[in-house]
Amino acid sequence: MNKINVFKPDNKNLRIFLTLGSLFFILSIVDFSLNNFLDKNITFFLPRYINFFTPLIFGIIGLHFIRIEFSGIKKLDIINKNINTNNFNASLSLFIIFLLIFCIPPLLNWFIFDANISGNTKEACTGSGACWVYIKVWFNRFMYGMYPNAEQWRVNLAFTIVLSFAGIGFFMPTKYKKYLTLYYTIFLPIISFLLIYYLISGGSFGLIWVETGAWGGLSLTFIVSFFCLIFCFPIGMMLALGRRSALPTIKYSSLGFIEFWRGVPLITVLFMSAVMFPMFLPDGTYMDKLIRVIIAITLFEAAYVAEVIRGGLQALPRGQYDAAKSLGMGYWRLHLLVILPQALKLVIPGIANTFLALVKDTPLIFVVGLLELAGMLGLAKTNPEWLGFSMEGYVFAAIIFWIICYTMSRYSQNLELKYKTDR
Amino acid sequence: MKRNKILPQAITLLFIVLIFGFFTMNAQINMENRGIEFGFGFLKQEASFDIQFSLIDYDGSHSYARAYLVGLLNTLLVAFIGIILSTLLGIVVGVARLSPNYLIKKTAAFYVEFFRNIPLLLQIFFWYFAALRALPMPEDANLLLGSSFMTIKGLYTPAPVWENFDIFFTTLILALILIFFVNRYAKKKQEEEGKQLPKFLISLSIFIGLPLLTFLAGGFDLSFSFPELKQLAKTSYTYEGGMGIPPELIALTLALTLYTATFIAENVRAGIQGIGKGQKEAAASIGLTPGQVLKLVIMPQALRIIIPPTTNQYLNLTKNSSLAAAIAYPDLVLVFAGTAMMQTGRAIEIVAITMATYLSISLAISLLMNWYNKSIAIKEK
Repeated sequence: MNKINVFKPDNKNLRIFLTLGSLFFILSIVDFSLNNFLDKNITFFLPRYINFFTPLIFGIIGLHFIRIEFSGIKKLDIINKNINTNNFNASLSLFIIFLLIFCIPPLLNWFIFDANISGNTKEACTGSGACWVYIKVWFNRFMYGMYPNAEQWRVNLAFTIVLSFAGIGFFMPTKYKKYLTLYYTIFLPIISFLLIYYLISGGSFGLIWVETGAWGGLSLTFIVSFFCLIFCFPIGMMLALGRRSALPTIKYSSLGFIEFWRGVPLITVLFMSAVMFPMFLPDGTYMDKLIRVIIAITLFEAAYVAEVIRGGLQALPRGQYDAAKSLGMGYWRLHLLVILPQALKLVIPGIANTFLALVKDTPLIFVVGLLELAGMLGLAKTNPEWLGFSMEGYVFAAIIFWIICYTMSRYSQNLELKYKTDR
Repeated sequence: MKRNKILPQAITLLFIVLIFGFFTMNAQINMENRGIEFGFGFLKQEASFDIQFSLIDYDGSHSYARAYLVGLLNTLLVAFIGIILSTLLGIVVGVARLSPNYLIKKTAAFYVEFFRNIPLLLQIFFWYFAALRALPMPEDANLLLGSSFMTIKGLYTPAPVWENFDIFFTTLILALILIFFVNRYAKKKQEEEGKQLPKFLISLSIFIGLPLLTFLAGGFDLSFSFPELKQLAKTSYTYEGGMGIPPELIALTLALTLYTATFIAENVRAGIQGIGKGQKEAAASIGLTPGQVLKLVIMPQALRIIIPPTTNQYLNLTKNSSLAAAIAYPDLVLVFAGTAMMQTGRAIEIVAITMATYLSISLAISLLMNWYNKSIAIKEK
């Protein structure tokens, strides 16, 4: 039998240390779980201030014992290398493990086990968990706002058509690839505008007219972000070029424009579009609220897009400009054929972040009275028949937005890798 | 060639002048029709509305200008607290994302991916309408840390009552000035003789010692006022005394901090990753300890990468604090662009003032951070 040094676990007494260590570790987990869920304390005989820390102490002792270098057991080595390099690291790992034990079961209970999903009334919610019935009943409102139930197929149809047109561009044969930019920047916006004007808004072809005030929910989020996204990109590109222009008037007017929009919060811009902008229009003209909001957000985001693109333009070496000029290219040919394709490739992550910010900013349009998803939640929350379910509503909306934004950011990362070229 | 330069400029100028002219003309006609005159005289009128939470003396009898000041201070308060907290949290999470510990790394990554992909407004709503509404009523509140109460109406903590606050404040400023000179001296000494003074310890002892000395010399005039439960009506209770932090402020700061910290964490991570491995190895090979490597070699270089995008995040946080209007925290937008505008109907003036204020705050922050960035930039000799 080898001599055992408790302060230095080694390879020779591997089995003893491993058993002891796992025992202590399991003890620590059991102690914490009992404390947490059953309110039972197995170390009640100790003084109170030690008592509180017993799981942590047991855990650290346990992890200390199993911290054996080159133990020969592959799994143990991986554990030691990843979560158990020293005592400090071990206590941090324990802390995270305790946090997980503390958080996950109640969350699971709330989300799934104690939640109610069947039924159609508030009374169906008897469990202590989430009341998904609320989401089920209000689902149409959350998706389409106040849009009449019988007409919702129009929204669905419009979105399907736009999506399929966007998809067609994606799978276009390589032969027509050079027309792709034209397709996305001119053809698609026109198609979608016509669709929204004739199909969603209605009023002709025997369709009932639905005013924009009734639009809402997630579909409005999509409409607003889609149009702002399409319009803010070209404007931002022009502003970025303008800011780097050699002509002082163009340079300083672009600079002033960009800095102005970047310096103010979106909420004041929306206020401006709601209360100040009508004062600037000729008396008697009326511009739809939704259009005003889209203009405001577009101008706001265009300034951010401009700054991102400017970063890409600055990152290009001078030689690119010189080479293009020596071929006899003018300003527009130089930028469209040589500079912008390279610069835009560089700023894909930045552009994606700006677009993400745009999507995340759309809920703000509630300040002018347009109710998209977050706004509809506020409305549903104050409905006297469904009081007290705000948590479910916000969690639902958070999940939806999270899925949208996370997919977008993942897609942009893929795009970045795809277009990455070594220079 | 010359015409090539003048023509586009002339067109731009003409375009801008035309648009501005068109807008001003319409605005003038519209205001005439409605009988409003452009001017800032309304700022002196009595505001006659109340504000729930104010850092300075304010009630309905004060002027609109005073109400504007209250809103501005509230905005600055949220921005200040938010910037400090999100910087601390951001640095911790950013460093944690690079930790060799698998659990820590994944937890930090989960936090970042989770909070940054949910709209800020939704987060504010969640904290205010869902999470903080689950807190107990004032009469059922439990003691927190001995003397504070966390209730549905906000957080109540003991408030220090200082009789000789001015003396304390002067010594504090004196201590800061002294620390500045000590640091300069230490830097000079290091550059000339290569000796390192324990800068941090000396600064800390000055910062704590000097105010303490004045206390001992001038008497200890500090007491606390504790929050006490008071019955207003049969079922309505509130706390009196102490310091009350409204739930709006808590929800707003919480949401802003958690949201902005994710972006700062990513900046910190990118900054540290941006430093070449060679730097770390070179520093270790001349015998620096891991702590010294981080403090003297990695961080000074990483800061140069971290600061410019972080400045943008500070600006974003300040601008995002205007979302306060959604949960009725009386910030600049709610007080001034909300209530004051409804009462006076002076849309153009008030929106212009509000925008100008945010523009100047943004400018001030970016000037400050640019100055700091310049002070740590590489000084080429």
